[in-house]
Amino acid sequence: MNPTMLRVSDVWKSFGQESVLRGISVDVTEHEVVVLIGASGSGKSTLLRCINGLETVDAGSIVLDNDLDVTAFRTDLDAVRRRVGIVFQSYNLFPHMTVLKNITLGQRKVLGRSSAEAQERGRQLLARFGLEDKADEYPDRLSGGQQQRVAIVRAVAMSPEMLLFDEITSALDPLLVGEVLEAVRELKEEGMTIVMATHEMGFARDVADRVCFLDAGVVLEQGPPQEVLRDPTERRTRDFLARILG
Amino acid sequence: MTEPGGDTVAAARAGSTPYVDPARVRYRKRKSLRDAAIGMISLIVTATVVTVVIVRTPGWSAVQETFFSPEAFAESFPGLLDAFWLNIRIFLIAEPLILIVGLTVALVRRLRSPIFLPLRIVATVYVDIFRGVPTLLVILLLGFGVPALQLQGAPDDVLVWGVVALVLSYGAYVAEVFRAGIDSVHPSQQMAARSLGLTSWQTNRYVVLPQAVRNVTPPLLNDFISLQKDTALVSVLGPIELLRRAQIDASFTFNYTPYVAAAALFIALTIPMSRFTDWVQARQRRRRGAGTDS
Repeated sequence: MNPTMLRVSDVWKSFGQESVLRGISVDVTEHEVVVLIGASGSGKSTLLRCINGLETVDAGSIVLDNDLDVTAFRTDLDAVRRRVGIVFQSYNLFPHMTVLKNITLGQRKVLGRSSAEAQERGRQLLARFGLEDKADEYPDRLSGGQQQRVAIVRAVAMSPEMLLFDEITSALDPLLVGEVLEAVRELKEEGMTIVMATHEMGFARDVADRVCFLDAGVVLEQGPPQEVLRDPTERRTRDFLARILG
Repeated sequence: MTEPGGDTVAAARAGSTPYVDPARVRYRKRKSLRDAAIGMISLIVTATVVTVVIVRTPGWSAVQETFFSPEAFAESFPGLLDAFWLNIRIFLIAEPLILIVGLTVALVRRLRSPIFLPLRIVATVYVDIFRGVPTLLVILLLGFGVPALQLQGAPDDVLVWGVVALVLSYGAYVAEVFRAGIDSVHPSQQMAARSLGLTSWQTNRYVVLPQAVRNVTPPLLNDFISLQKDTALVSVLGPIELLRRAQIDASFTFNYTPYVAAAALFIALTIPMSRFTDWVQARQRRRRGAGTDS
Protein backbone atom coordinates (compact mmCIF):
# COMPACT_ATOMS: atom_id res chain seq x y z
CA MET A 1 0.00 0.00 0.00
CA ASN A 2 1.40 3.37 -1.01
CA PRO A 3 1.69 6.02 1.67
CA THR A 4 -0.96 8.71 1.97
CA MET A 5 0.18 11.83 0.18
CA LEU A 6 -2.76 14.12 0.79
CA ARG A 7 -5.28 14.04 3.59
CA VAL A 8 -8.25 16.41 3.40
CA SER A 9 -10.29 16.24 6.61
CA ASP A 10 -13.61 17.91 7.24
CA VAL A 11 -12.90 21.03 5.19
CA TRP A 12 -15.44 23.84 5.10
CA LYS A 13 -15.35 26.81 2.76
CA SER A 14 -17.93 29.43 1.97
CA PHE A 15 -17.97 32.55 -0.17
CA GLY A 16 -20.18 35.07 1.58
CA GLN A 17 -23.41 33.27 2.36
CA GLU A 18 -22.76 30.54 -0.17
CA SER A 19 -21.38 27.41 1.44
CA VAL A 20 -19.33 25.53 -1.16
CA LEU A 21 -17.44 22.90 0.84
CA ARG A 22 -19.41 21.41 3.73
CA GLY A 23 -17.06 19.20 5.67
CA ILE A 24 -15.41 17.38 2.78
CA SER A 25 -12.86 14.64 3.46
CA VAL A 26 -10.74 12.77 0.94
CA ASP A 27 -7.39 10.96 1.02
CA VAL A 28 -5.00 10.54 -1.89
CA THR A 29 -2.16 8.02 -1.87
CA GLU A 30 1.08 8.27 -3.79
CA HIS A 31 0.85 7.49 -7.55
CA GLU A 32 -2.90 7.51 -7.35
CA VAL A 33 -5.11 9.25 -9.93
CA VAL A 34 -8.25 10.57 -8.25
CA VAL A 35 -10.95 12.02 -10.47
CA LEU A 36 -13.49 14.41 -9.00
CA ILE A 37 -16.86 14.49 -10.72
CA GLY A 38 -19.98 16.41 -9.90
CA ALA A 39 -22.20 19.20 -11.14
CA SER A 40 -20.96 22.78 -11.46
CA GLY A 41 -20.95 24.34 -8.03
CA SER A 42 -20.46 21.02 -6.25
CA GLY A 43 -17.07 22.23 -4.98
CA LYS A 44 -14.55 20.48 -7.25
CA SER A 45 -12.62 23.61 -8.23
CA THR A 46 -12.79 25.11 -4.76
CA LEU A 47 -11.36 21.93 -3.25
CA LEU A 48 -8.44 21.97 -5.70
CA ARG A 49 -7.75 25.62 -4.97
CA CYS A 50 -7.78 24.98 -1.25
CA ILE A 51 -5.28 22.13 -1.65
CA ASN A 52 -2.93 24.47 -3.53
CA GLY A 53 -3.44 27.28 -0.99
CA LEU A 54 -5.02 29.60 -3.56
CA GLU A 55 -8.05 29.73 -1.26
CA THR A 56 -7.87 29.54 2.52
CA VAL A 57 -10.24 27.13 4.21
CA ASP A 58 -12.76 28.21 6.85
CA ALA A 59 -12.41 25.04 8.92
CA GLY A 60 -10.81 21.60 8.72
CA SER A 61 -7.33 20.56 7.63
CA ILE A 62 -5.39 19.65 4.51
CA VAL A 63 -2.09 17.85 5.17
CA LEU A 64 0.58 16.94 2.64
CA ASP A 65 2.82 13.90 3.28
CA ASN A 66 1.81 13.86 6.94
CA ASP A 67 4.17 16.77 7.54
CA LEU A 68 2.99 19.96 5.85
CA ASP A 69 -0.31 21.38 7.04
CA VAL A 70 -1.58 23.59 4.22
CA THR A 71 -4.32 24.96 6.43
CA ALA A 72 -2.22 25.95 9.45
CA PHE A 73 -2.64 29.67 10.13
CA ARG A 74 0.96 30.59 9.34
CA THR A 75 1.85 28.09 6.63
CA ASP A 76 4.33 29.19 3.98
CA LEU A 77 2.02 28.75 1.01
CA ASP A 78 4.88 29.23 -1.44
CA ALA A 79 6.36 26.04 0.03
CA VAL A 80 3.06 24.24 -0.55
CA ARG A 81 2.93 25.43 -4.14
CA ARG A 82 6.46 24.23 -4.78
CA ARG A 83 5.22 20.71 -4.04
CA VAL A 84 1.75 20.82 -5.58
CA GLY A 85 1.24 22.06 -9.14
CA ILE A 86 -2.07 23.13 -10.63
CA VAL A 87 -3.33 23.54 -14.19
CA PHE A 88 -6.40 25.67 -14.85
CA GLN A 89 -9.32 25.49 -17.23
CA SER A 90 -8.26 28.72 -18.96
CA TYR A 91 -4.55 27.78 -19.38
CA ASN A 92 -3.40 31.13 -17.92
CA LEU A 93 -0.11 31.13 -19.80
CA PHE A 94 1.84 34.37 -19.54
CA PRO A 95 1.07 36.07 -22.87
CA HIS A 96 4.14 38.31 -22.87
CA MET A 97 6.60 35.42 -22.71
CA THR A 98 7.55 32.73 -25.19
CA VAL A 99 6.51 29.17 -24.43
CA LEU A 100 10.00 28.32 -23.19
CA LYS A 101 10.10 31.41 -20.94
CA ASN A 102 6.73 30.41 -19.49
CA ILE A 103 8.24 27.09 -18.56
CA THR A 104 11.56 28.33 -17.21
CA LEU A 105 10.33 31.30 -15.12
CA GLY A 106 9.24 29.28 -12.10
CA GLN A 107 12.18 26.89 -12.33
CA ARG A 108 14.65 29.78 -12.21
CA LYS A 109 12.96 32.10 -9.74
CA VAL A 110 11.39 29.56 -7.38
CA LEU A 111 13.62 26.50 -7.60
CA GLY A 112 16.82 28.45 -8.26
CA ARG A 113 17.76 26.40 -11.30
CA SER A 114 20.24 27.94 -13.70
CA SER A 115 18.92 29.29 -16.95
CA ALA A 116 20.63 26.53 -18.95
CA GLU A 117 19.33 23.84 -16.63
CA ALA A 118 15.77 25.19 -16.76
CA GLN A 119 15.86 25.50 -20.53
CA GLU A 120 17.15 22.01 -20.98
CA ARG A 121 14.42 20.56 -18.80
CA GLY A 122 11.87 22.76 -20.56
CA ARG A 123 12.91 21.58 -24.02
CA GLN A 124 12.97 17.95 -22.91
CA LEU A 125 9.45 18.19 -21.55
CA LEU A 126 8.18 20.07 -24.61
CA ALA A 127 9.60 17.32 -26.79
CA ARG A 128 7.92 14.67 -24.69
CA PHE A 129 4.55 16.33 -25.13
CA GLY A 130 5.05 16.90 -28.86
CA LEU A 131 5.66 20.64 -28.60
CA GLU A 132 9.39 20.89 -29.34
CA ASP A 133 8.85 23.21 -32.31
CA LYS A 134 6.77 25.64 -30.22
CA ALA A 135 9.46 26.64 -27.72
CA ASP A 136 9.98 30.10 -29.17
CA GLU A 137 6.36 30.88 -30.07
CA TYR A 138 4.16 33.20 -28.06
CA PRO A 139 1.13 31.50 -26.46
CA ASP A 140 -1.47 33.30 -28.58
CA ARG A 141 0.00 31.69 -31.71
CA LEU A 142 -0.90 28.23 -30.39
CA SER A 143 -4.17 26.31 -30.50
CA GLY A 144 -6.09 25.83 -27.27
CA GLY A 145 -4.93 22.24 -26.99
CA GLN A 146 -1.31 23.26 -27.47
CA GLN A 147 -1.65 26.05 -24.91
CA GLN A 148 -3.09 23.67 -22.37
CA ARG A 149 -0.29 21.18 -22.97
CA VAL A 150 2.22 23.99 -22.44
CA ALA A 151 0.44 24.81 -19.17
CA ILE A 152 0.82 21.17 -18.14
CA VAL A 153 4.51 21.24 -19.05
CA ARG A 154 4.91 24.47 -17.06
CA ALA A 155 3.49 22.73 -13.98
CA VAL A 156 5.44 19.49 -14.52
CA ALA A 157 8.72 21.41 -15.02
CA MET A 158 8.55 22.42 -11.36
CA SER A 159 8.98 18.75 -10.40
CA PRO A 160 5.91 18.71 -8.15
CA GLU A 161 4.97 15.77 -5.95
CA MET A 162 1.37 16.06 -7.03
CA LEU A 163 -0.59 17.73 -9.82
CA LEU A 164 -4.08 19.20 -9.65
CA PHE A 165 -6.06 19.53 -12.88
CA ASP A 166 -9.05 21.86 -12.74
CA GLU A 167 -11.34 21.00 -15.67
CA ILE A 168 -8.44 21.40 -18.03
CA THR A 169 -10.38 20.34 -21.12
CA SER A 170 -13.59 22.31 -20.51
CA ALA A 171 -12.53 25.34 -22.55
CA LEU A 172 -11.29 23.29 -25.49
CA ASP A 173 -12.68 22.58 -28.91
CA PRO A 174 -13.88 18.93 -28.74
CA LEU A 175 -11.30 17.97 -31.38
CA LEU A 176 -8.48 19.16 -29.11
CA VAL A 177 -9.57 17.43 -25.91
CA GLY A 178 -7.86 14.17 -26.83
CA GLU A 179 -4.33 15.54 -27.07
CA VAL A 180 -4.59 17.10 -23.60
CA LEU A 181 -6.02 13.96 -22.01
CA GLU A 182 -3.24 11.98 -23.69
CA ALA A 183 -0.74 14.16 -21.84
CA VAL A 184 -2.46 13.39 -18.54
CA ARG A 185 -2.44 9.68 -19.31
CA GLU A 186 1.30 9.88 -19.96
CA LEU A 187 1.86 11.55 -16.57
CA LYS A 188 -0.08 8.79 -14.86
CA GLU A 189 2.09 6.17 -16.51
CA GLU A 190 5.13 7.87 -15.04
CA GLY A 191 3.63 7.53 -11.60
CA MET A 192 2.54 11.12 -11.01
CA THR A 193 -0.03 11.60 -8.25
CA ILE A 194 -2.98 13.41 -9.80
CA VAL A 195 -6.22 14.93 -8.54
CA MET A 196 -8.38 15.95 -11.45
CA ALA A 197 -11.76 17.62 -11.74
CA THR A 198 -13.35 16.74 -15.07
CA HIS A 199 -16.52 16.11 -17.00
CA GLU A 200 -14.82 13.60 -19.31
CA MET A 201 -16.46 10.42 -18.02
CA GLY A 202 -14.86 8.17 -20.61
CA PHE A 203 -11.44 9.37 -19.55
CA ALA A 204 -12.32 8.94 -15.87
CA ARG A 205 -13.32 5.35 -16.56
CA ASP A 206 -10.06 4.57 -18.38
CA VAL A 207 -7.52 6.40 -16.28
CA ALA A 208 -8.85 7.01 -12.77
CA ASP A 209 -7.84 4.74 -9.90
CA ARG A 210 -10.69 6.21 -7.94
CA VAL A 211 -13.66 8.40 -8.76
CA CYS A 212 -15.18 10.74 -6.17
CA PHE A 213 -18.64 12.11 -6.76
CA LEU A 214 -18.98 15.51 -5.11
CA ASP A 215 -22.40 16.77 -4.22
CA ALA A 216 -23.28 19.87 -2.17
CA GLY A 217 -19.76 20.21 -0.82
CA VAL A 218 -19.10 16.62 0.34
CA VAL A 219 -17.91 13.39 -1.26
CA LEU A 220 -21.18 11.55 -1.59
CA GLU A 221 -19.79 8.42 -3.13
CA GLN A 222 -16.35 7.15 -4.10
CA GLY A 223 -14.66 4.04 -5.37
CA PRO A 224 -13.13 2.44 -8.46
CA PRO A 225 -14.56 3.91 -11.69
CA GLN A 226 -16.29 0.64 -12.65
CA GLU A 227 -18.35 0.82 -9.49
CA VAL A 228 -19.09 4.52 -9.24
CA LEU A 229 -19.67 5.12 -12.94
CA ARG A 230 -21.37 1.81 -13.84
CA ASP A 231 -23.22 0.94 -10.73
CA PRO A 232 -23.56 3.88 -8.34
CA THR A 233 -25.30 3.24 -5.03
CA GLU A 234 -26.50 6.83 -4.48
CA ARG A 235 -29.53 8.10 -6.32
CA ARG A 236 -27.96 11.55 -6.81
CA THR A 237 -24.92 9.98 -8.46
CA ARG A 238 -27.18 8.09 -10.82
CA ASP A 239 -29.09 11.27 -11.63
CA PHE A 240 -25.87 13.15 -12.32
CA LEU A 241 -24.48 10.42 -14.56
CA ALA A 242 -27.76 10.12 -16.40
CA ARG A 243 -27.74 13.83 -17.09
CA ILE A 244 -24.11 14.09 -18.17
CA LEU A 245 -24.09 10.96 -20.29
CA GLY A 246 -27.39 12.00 -21.86
CA MET B 1 -15.94 18.58 -65.81
CA THR B 2 -15.14 22.05 -67.19
CA GLU B 3 -15.38 25.05 -64.92
CA PRO B 4 -14.69 28.77 -65.33
CA GLY B 5 -11.03 29.32 -64.61
CA GLY B 6 -10.26 25.76 -65.73
CA ASP B 7 -6.79 24.71 -64.68
CA THR B 8 -6.41 27.29 -61.91
CA VAL B 9 -9.48 26.05 -60.10
CA ALA B 10 -8.43 22.46 -60.48
CA ALA B 11 -4.97 23.27 -59.11
CA ALA B 12 -6.47 25.14 -56.16
CA ARG B 13 -8.80 22.24 -55.38
CA ALA B 14 -5.95 19.76 -55.47
CA GLY B 15 -3.55 21.76 -53.30
CA SER B 16 -4.05 24.24 -50.53
CA THR B 17 -3.60 27.43 -52.56
CA PRO B 18 -6.45 29.95 -52.42
CA TYR B 19 -8.54 30.65 -55.50
CA VAL B 20 -10.09 34.01 -56.46
CA ASP B 21 -12.20 34.57 -59.56
CA PRO B 22 -9.99 36.54 -62.04
CA ALA B 23 -12.88 38.90 -62.78
CA ARG B 24 -13.07 39.72 -59.05
CA VAL B 25 -9.30 40.28 -58.95
CA ARG B 26 -9.62 42.84 -61.77
CA TYR B 27 -12.59 44.49 -60.04
CA ARG B 28 -10.71 44.81 -56.72
CA LYS B 29 -7.66 46.29 -58.47
CA ARG B 30 -9.82 48.82 -60.34
CA LYS B 31 -11.64 49.74 -57.15
CA SER B 32 -8.47 50.35 -55.15
CA LEU B 33 -7.05 52.55 -57.96
CA ARG B 34 -10.30 54.48 -58.16
CA ASP B 35 -10.40 54.96 -54.36
CA ALA B 36 -6.84 56.31 -54.39
CA ALA B 37 -7.63 58.73 -57.23
CA ILE B 38 -10.81 60.02 -55.57
CA GLY B 39 -8.95 60.60 -52.32
CA MET B 40 -6.19 62.52 -54.06
CA ILE B 41 -8.55 64.71 -56.10
CA SER B 42 -10.69 65.46 -53.04
CA LEU B 43 -7.57 66.47 -51.11
CA ILE B 44 -6.29 68.81 -53.85
CA VAL B 45 -9.66 70.48 -54.36
CA THR B 46 -10.17 71.05 -50.63
CA ALA B 47 -6.66 72.44 -50.13
CA THR B 48 -7.08 74.80 -53.10
CA VAL B 49 -10.43 76.09 -51.92
CA VAL B 50 -9.21 76.66 -48.37
CA THR B 51 -6.07 78.47 -49.58
CA VAL B 52 -7.98 80.70 -51.98
CA VAL B 53 -10.56 81.60 -49.34
CA ILE B 54 -7.90 82.46 -46.75
CA VAL B 55 -5.69 84.47 -49.10
CA ARG B 56 -8.68 86.49 -50.39
CA THR B 57 -9.77 87.49 -46.88
CA PRO B 58 -9.45 91.27 -46.47
CA GLY B 59 -7.06 91.00 -43.49
CA TRP B 60 -4.78 88.39 -45.06
CA SER B 61 -1.85 90.69 -45.88
CA ALA B 62 -1.82 92.06 -42.34
CA VAL B 63 -1.98 88.54 -40.93
CA GLN B 64 0.81 87.44 -43.21
CA GLU B 65 2.97 90.37 -42.15
CA THR B 66 2.32 89.94 -38.41
CA PHE B 67 2.33 86.15 -38.06
CA PHE B 68 4.25 84.83 -41.07
CA SER B 69 6.98 87.39 -41.73
CA PRO B 70 10.05 85.67 -43.22
CA GLU B 71 12.38 88.43 -41.94
CA ALA B 72 11.11 88.21 -38.37
CA PHE B 73 11.32 84.45 -38.61
CA ALA B 74 14.94 84.48 -39.80
CA GLU B 75 15.86 86.94 -37.13
CA SER B 76 14.37 85.13 -34.15
CA PHE B 77 14.74 81.49 -35.16
CA PRO B 78 18.35 80.84 -34.02
CA GLY B 79 17.58 82.29 -30.59
CA LEU B 80 14.36 80.26 -30.37
CA LEU B 81 16.14 77.07 -31.28
CA ASP B 82 18.67 77.79 -28.59
CA ALA B 83 15.95 78.39 -25.99
CA PHE B 84 14.12 75.24 -27.11
CA TRP B 85 17.12 73.19 -25.97
CA LEU B 86 16.13 74.13 -22.40
CA ASN B 87 12.60 72.72 -22.94
CA ILE B 88 14.10 69.53 -24.25
CA ARG B 89 16.40 69.24 -21.26
CA ILE B 90 13.53 69.87 -18.83
CA PHE B 91 11.57 67.16 -20.59
CA LEU B 92 14.44 64.69 -20.63
CA ILE B 93 15.11 65.14 -16.92
CA ALA B 94 11.47 65.25 -15.81
CA GLU B 95 10.18 62.28 -17.80
CA PRO B 96 12.27 59.49 -16.19
CA LEU B 97 11.59 60.97 -12.75
CA ILE B 98 7.85 61.03 -13.51
CA LEU B 99 7.93 57.38 -14.51
CA ILE B 100 9.71 56.48 -11.28
CA VAL B 101 7.33 58.52 -9.10
CA GLY B 102 4.28 57.24 -10.97
CA LEU B 103 5.26 53.60 -10.78
CA THR B 104 6.29 53.84 -7.14
CA VAL B 105 3.03 55.50 -6.12
CA ALA B 106 0.98 52.98 -8.11
CA LEU B 107 2.80 50.10 -6.42
CA VAL B 108 2.49 51.63 -2.96
CA ARG B 109 -1.26 51.97 -3.45
CA ARG B 110 -1.39 48.22 -4.12
CA LEU B 111 0.42 47.18 -0.93
CA ARG B 112 -1.93 45.19 1.25
CA SER B 113 0.08 44.64 4.43
CA PRO B 114 -1.33 46.67 7.34
CA ILE B 115 2.12 48.00 8.24
CA PHE B 116 2.10 50.05 5.02
CA LEU B 117 -1.17 51.81 5.84
CA PRO B 118 0.57 55.21 6.38
CA LEU B 119 2.38 54.89 3.04
CA ARG B 120 -0.84 54.03 1.31
CA ILE B 121 -2.56 57.04 2.79
CA VAL B 122 0.30 59.32 1.74
CA ALA B 123 0.17 57.97 -1.81
CA THR B 124 -3.59 58.43 -2.04
CA VAL B 125 -3.49 61.96 -0.65
CA TYR B 126 -0.62 62.83 -3.01
CA VAL B 127 -2.56 61.71 -6.07
CA ASP B 128 -5.72 63.49 -4.94
CA ILE B 129 -3.93 66.77 -4.35
CA PHE B 130 -1.66 66.95 -7.36
CA ARG B 131 -4.30 65.83 -9.80
CA GLY B 132 -6.62 68.48 -8.45
CA VAL B 133 -4.28 71.51 -8.56
CA PRO B 134 -3.49 73.13 -11.93
CA THR B 135 0.08 72.38 -13.00
CA LEU B 136 0.77 76.11 -13.40
CA LEU B 137 -0.27 76.72 -9.81
CA VAL B 138 2.04 73.95 -8.55
CA ILE B 139 4.91 75.52 -10.51
CA LEU B 140 4.21 78.96 -9.01
CA LEU B 141 3.88 77.60 -5.46
CA LEU B 142 7.07 75.57 -5.58
CA GLY B 143 9.12 77.90 -7.80
CA PHE B 144 8.51 81.05 -5.81
CA GLY B 145 7.46 79.54 -2.49
CA VAL B 146 10.22 77.08 -1.65
CA PRO B 147 13.25 79.31 -2.40
CA ALA B 148 11.58 81.98 -0.22
CA LEU B 149 11.82 79.59 2.74
CA GLN B 150 15.62 79.82 2.46
CA LEU B 151 15.94 76.25 3.62
CA GLN B 152 19.44 75.04 4.42
CA GLY B 153 20.76 72.95 1.56
CA ALA B 154 17.68 73.37 -0.63
CA PRO B 155 18.59 74.49 -4.15
CA ASP B 156 17.52 78.06 -4.85
CA ASP B 157 17.51 77.65 -8.60
CA VAL B 158 13.92 78.21 -9.73
CA LEU B 159 14.50 75.88 -12.65
CA VAL B 160 15.04 72.97 -10.25
CA TRP B 161 11.74 73.71 -8.54
CA GLY B 162 10.00 74.10 -11.87
CA VAL B 163 11.11 70.59 -12.81
CA VAL B 164 10.10 69.26 -9.37
CA ALA B 165 6.65 70.79 -9.83
CA LEU B 166 6.25 69.16 -13.25
CA VAL B 167 7.37 65.81 -11.81
CA LEU B 168 4.92 66.02 -8.91
CA SER B 169 2.03 67.09 -11.08
CA TYR B 170 2.57 64.56 -13.86
CA GLY B 171 3.64 61.85 -11.41
CA ALA B 172 0.11 61.84 -9.99
CA TYR B 173 -1.42 61.32 -13.43
CA VAL B 174 1.07 58.68 -14.44
CA ALA B 175 0.53 56.83 -11.14
CA GLU B 176 -3.13 56.49 -12.03
CA VAL B 177 -2.28 55.34 -15.54
CA PHE B 178 -0.02 52.64 -14.11
CA ARG B 179 -2.66 51.66 -11.60
CA ALA B 180 -5.22 51.23 -14.37
CA GLY B 181 -2.65 49.17 -16.25
CA ILE B 182 -2.07 46.89 -13.28
CA ASP B 183 -5.82 46.46 -12.83
CA SER B 184 -6.14 45.55 -16.51
CA VAL B 185 -4.07 42.40 -16.03
CA HIS B 186 -6.51 39.59 -15.39
CA PRO B 187 -6.39 38.18 -11.81
CA SER B 188 -5.95 34.69 -13.28
CA GLN B 189 -2.45 35.73 -14.34
CA GLN B 190 -1.57 36.42 -10.73
CA MET B 191 -3.15 33.16 -9.66
CA ALA B 192 -1.10 31.25 -12.25
CA ALA B 193 2.11 32.93 -11.11
CA ARG B 194 1.44 32.33 -7.42
CA SER B 195 0.50 28.71 -8.11
CA LEU B 196 4.01 28.16 -9.47
CA GLY B 197 5.35 29.28 -6.11
CA LEU B 198 6.44 32.77 -7.20
CA THR B 199 6.30 35.25 -4.34
CA SER B 200 4.03 38.27 -4.44
CA TRP B 201 7.00 40.48 -5.39
CA GLN B 202 8.18 38.10 -8.13
CA THR B 203 4.64 37.89 -9.47
CA ASN B 204 4.52 41.67 -9.78
CA ARG B 205 7.97 41.93 -11.24
CA TYR B 206 7.81 39.19 -13.89
CA VAL B 207 4.13 38.70 -14.65
CA VAL B 208 1.92 41.65 -13.73
CA LEU B 209 4.06 44.72 -14.40
CA PRO B 210 5.39 43.74 -17.84
CA GLN B 211 1.84 43.21 -19.03
CA ALA B 212 0.57 46.32 -17.26
CA VAL B 213 3.22 48.54 -18.86
CA ARG B 214 2.44 47.11 -22.28
CA ASN B 215 -1.25 47.82 -21.80
CA VAL B 216 -0.71 51.46 -20.83
CA THR B 217 2.06 52.41 -23.26
CA PRO B 218 -0.30 54.46 -25.49
CA PRO B 219 -1.75 56.57 -22.64
CA LEU B 220 1.75 57.00 -21.18
CA LEU B 221 3.08 58.28 -24.50
CA ASN B 222 0.09 60.60 -24.61
CA ASP B 223 1.18 62.05 -21.27
CA PHE B 224 4.73 62.39 -22.63
CA ILE B 225 3.42 64.52 -25.49
CA SER B 226 1.47 66.66 -23.06
CA LEU B 227 4.58 67.10 -20.91
CA GLN B 228 6.65 68.22 -23.90
CA LYS B 229 4.30 71.19 -24.27
CA ASP B 230 3.92 71.85 -20.57
CA THR B 231 7.65 72.43 -20.19
CA ALA B 232 6.70 75.92 -21.40
CA LEU B 233 4.86 76.52 -18.11
CA VAL B 234 8.21 76.76 -16.33
CA SER B 235 8.66 80.10 -18.14
CA VAL B 236 6.52 81.81 -15.48
CA LEU B 237 9.42 81.37 -13.07
CA GLY B 238 11.79 83.29 -15.34
CA PRO B 239 14.01 80.77 -17.16
CA ILE B 240 14.24 81.72 -20.79
CA GLU B 241 12.87 78.69 -22.57
CA LEU B 242 11.18 78.68 -25.95
CA LEU B 243 7.91 80.38 -25.09
CA ARG B 244 9.62 83.06 -23.01
CA ARG B 245 12.16 83.71 -25.78
CA ALA B 246 9.33 84.08 -28.31
CA GLN B 247 7.50 86.42 -25.97
CA ILE B 248 10.58 88.62 -25.59
CA ASP B 249 11.22 88.71 -29.33
CA ALA B 250 7.59 89.51 -30.06
CA SER B 251 7.45 92.33 -27.56
CA PHE B 252 10.56 93.93 -29.09
CA THR B 253 9.35 93.85 -32.69
CA PHE B 254 5.57 93.94 -32.28
CA ASN B 255 5.56 90.98 -34.64
CA TYR B 256 4.02 87.65 -33.65
CA THR B 257 6.04 85.52 -36.03
CA PRO B 258 8.27 84.26 -33.15
CA TYR B 259 5.16 82.79 -31.48
CA VAL B 260 4.27 80.94 -34.67
CA ALA B 261 7.87 79.75 -34.98
CA ALA B 262 7.77 78.54 -31.35
CA ALA B 263 4.53 76.68 -32.04
CA ALA B 264 6.15 75.06 -35.08
CA LEU B 265 9.08 73.91 -32.93
CA PHE B 266 6.77 72.34 -30.33
CA ILE B 267 4.88 70.61 -33.10
CA ALA B 268 8.10 69.38 -34.67
CA LEU B 269 8.86 67.66 -31.36
CA THR B 270 5.40 66.24 -30.65
CA ILE B 271 4.51 64.95 -34.11
CA PRO B 272 7.14 62.18 -34.16
CA MET B 273 5.92 61.18 -30.71
CA SER B 274 2.31 61.17 -31.90
CA ARG B 275 3.13 58.96 -34.89
CA PHE B 276 5.13 56.69 -32.59
CA THR B 277 2.09 56.43 -30.29
CA ASP B 278 -0.14 55.57 -33.26
CA TRP B 279 2.32 52.92 -34.32
CA VAL B 280 2.47 51.38 -30.86
CA GLN B 281 -1.32 51.33 -30.64
CA ALA B 282 -1.70 49.75 -34.07
CA ARG B 283 0.86 47.11 -33.17
CA GLN B 284 -1.00 46.28 -29.97
CA ARG B 285 -4.26 45.97 -31.84
CA ARG B 286 -2.61 43.57 -34.26
CA ARG B 287 -1.16 41.56 -31.41
CA ARG B 288 -4.45 41.28 -29.61
CA GLY B 289 -6.17 40.35 -32.85
CA ALA B 290 -3.55 37.71 -33.55
CA GLY B 291 -4.90 35.25 -31.00
CA THR B 292 -6.31 32.11 -32.59
CA ASP B 293 -8.15 30.90 -29.52
CA SER B 294 -9.93 32.75 -26.78
